[in-house]
Amino acid sequence: MSGRDGMRAPLIEARHVSRVLRETVPVTLVRDITLAIGEREFVAITGPSGSGKSSLLYLLGLLDLPSEGEVLIEGRSTAHMDDDERAAVRLARLGFVFQFHFLLPEFTITENVALPMRALGRLTEAEITARAEELLASLGLADHRAKTPDGLSGGQRQRVAVARALANDPLVILADEPTGNLDSKSTAQVFAILRDLVDQHGKTVVAVTHDLNLAARMDRRIEIVDGAIASDLRAEPA
Amino acid sequence: MNLTLHIALTHVRNRARQTLVAMAGVATGVGFSIMMAALMQGSQEDFIKTLVDALPHIAISDDLREPTLQPADTAYAAAEIHGLTPNVRRRGIKNPMATIDALRSWVPGALTPSVQSKAIIRFAGRNRSVSIIGIEPRSEATVSNLAVKMRQGTLASLYRANNAIILGDRLAEKLGARINSNVTLATTGDVNLTATVVGMFHSGFRMTDENSGYVLLKTAQILENQTGLVNEIRVRTNDPMAARLIAERIGAETGYKSISWQESQEDLLSTIQIRNILMYTIVGAILLVASFGTYNIISTITHEKTRDIAIMKSLGLRSQTVRRIFLIEALIIGLAGAMIGWVLGYLLCRGLGSLEFKTPFSDSNRMAISYSWVHYGLATAIALISSLVAGYLPARKAARLHPVDIIRGAT
Ligand SMILES: Nc1ncnc2c1ncn2[C@@H]1O[C@H](COP(=O)(O)OP(=O)(O)OP(=O)(O)O)[C@@H](O)[C@H]1O
Ligand SMILES: [Mg+2]
Repeated sequence: MSGRDGMRAPLIEARHVSRVLRETVPVTLVRDITLAIGEREFVAITGPSGSGKSSLLYLLGLLDLPSEGEVLIEGRSTAHMDDDERAAVRLARLGFVFQFHFLLPEFTITENVALPMRALGRLTEAEITARAEELLASLGLADHRAKTPDGLSGGQRQRVAVARALANDPLVILADEPTGNLDSKSTAQVFAILRDLVDQHGKTVVAVTHDLNLAARMDRRIEIVDGAIASDLRAEPA
Repeated sequence: MNLTLHIALTHVRNRARQTLVAMAGVATGVGFSIMMAALMQGSQEDFIKTLVDALPHIAISDDLREPTLQPADTAYAAAEIHGLTPNVRRRGIKNPMATIDALRSWVPGALTPSVQSKAIIRFAGRNRSVSIIGIEPRSEATVSNLAVKMRQGTLASLYRANNAIILGDRLAEKLGARINSNVTLATTGDVNLTATVVGMFHSGFRMTDENSGYVLLKTAQILENQTGLVNEIRVRTNDPMAARLIAERIGAETGYKSISWQESQEDLLSTIQIRNILMYTIVGAILLVASFGTYNIISTITHEKTRDIAIMKSLGLRSQTVRRIFLIEALIIGLAGAMIGWVLGYLLCRGLGSLEFKTPFSDSNRMAISYSWVHYGLATAIALISSLVAGYLPARKAARLHPVDIIRGAT
């Protein structure tokens, strides 16, 4: 197994990726980053505030376009894709969790989780609702499925965001400070869920975090300083 | 339910007050457009109907279509001739009865001979210059609506006296003449004749009612001093709209001037056309203004929903899907507004149609309203198109939004 894993293309690969904002004074967000993230990885991206962690995550998640270099998803170059093609890759292959939950306030949490599935259009409405409810239940939100995000606590909302990220069963979850706004109890809950996704469901999770304790409990830690990779360390297998 | 429709409906539903205001704008526009179209078309149809009822559909007169060639013109090809006495053409249509019989064989409609004459009418020291029309009562009834416009007497009353006349009611009033009064008719050709008033008509057209009288053909022929004269044949076609073509063919076959009602009323008809163009312009403008409200609310929603748009696009919804959401919202407002507008328009039409009033020009005392699906369909189509245009600009802007710009700002 491990031999074949080595042969397979990484899920996400960055090759000499830089991102410069063309302002009056150009701002370099990310400089010359090369990295590869494979299956079943649990990666922490850490670094000082303003170092470019979020910017890197947006580039890896095809939300932003590199000024130089390219990002490959499952071995496919995304450099020549148009907006719609990149959107299609995000919808089907990637899941996002942001620091602020970013749920649609006018819809129930079930509808929020159903949204990516409905946009993808592979399942029937009944199957979509069933899957959304199942995902919410597996994250301990079964009792809240008819509520809108306003009726939930921060930790609950962030779990809904995780459920939504999982809706189309992507291989990779990209999370930008998913526990940044949560108390310690909710942080532990959300972290446990992410851990479980990797260990039990074979997902890859890439999470930006300020919390060095959390980072230490993940399998790989990439430190960004001033837009560039300062270190990329793998934990010793337990 | 379809995802875009679901999101659009949710946005619209959660802004009930704003949405209702925008819908009310469209509804008012559609309602008044329908009313205006119904009113304009109603009055136009009413007008044309009155015109078609009152006028002969085709008038064939004794004018030749080309001026008569003088003998010298035929004899010498390139010559200008001075000092000759021109041939005087005998007035009237040649062999009028044979001509009428020939025309009756193919013209779809009824024909009647008549004599158009002018005279001074005199009664109790009052003089008026009037048109005297010589008619044949039996066939006249099939061509004009004179028979049904009679207030006193009938067309057949013309046979009652030796020289009998039917006067327009306003003319009779002006002269002070009554039934059995004897009036004098005098022509420029020095013919004087006494006629007995045997009837009165009221056509509803002031000019006609004040200035004309009907006599028998033979009486008019005496006035014109020419036995057997017929200087006009009038035709009522079964289909008034076919009059123009039939008139052309009659003209070609007889060589006489043959004029359809459309041709004689060309100025009026083109006025109606201009009126229609004006009406559609105004209707368009009303609906355009109504769509400003739609533009307003769609831009407000896209503005308020910037973050949601960024979320949806970051999840992987395509620009086109986002654009469609807001276009559907504009359409919902346009369609719902139009449907309320139908009701409003219908009620306005009923309301106007029930008003009574007096006009000096005709007898009708109700507004003519034309009810037609076309008005509803047209107003709806224009409302929907302008809603789409109004929604398109903000929708396009929303669809072009780069999610990362918003997300970066929010974190
Ligand atoms: N729109 C922008 N215009 C100018 N500078 C920007 C813009 N967006 C980000 N930056 C700058 O780019 C750098 C990288 O930003 P980024 O958000 O990626 O950092 P970060 O590591 O995620 O920081 P934090 O830990 O605070 O979230 C920062 O210095 C930031 O100030
Ligand atoms: Mg950040």
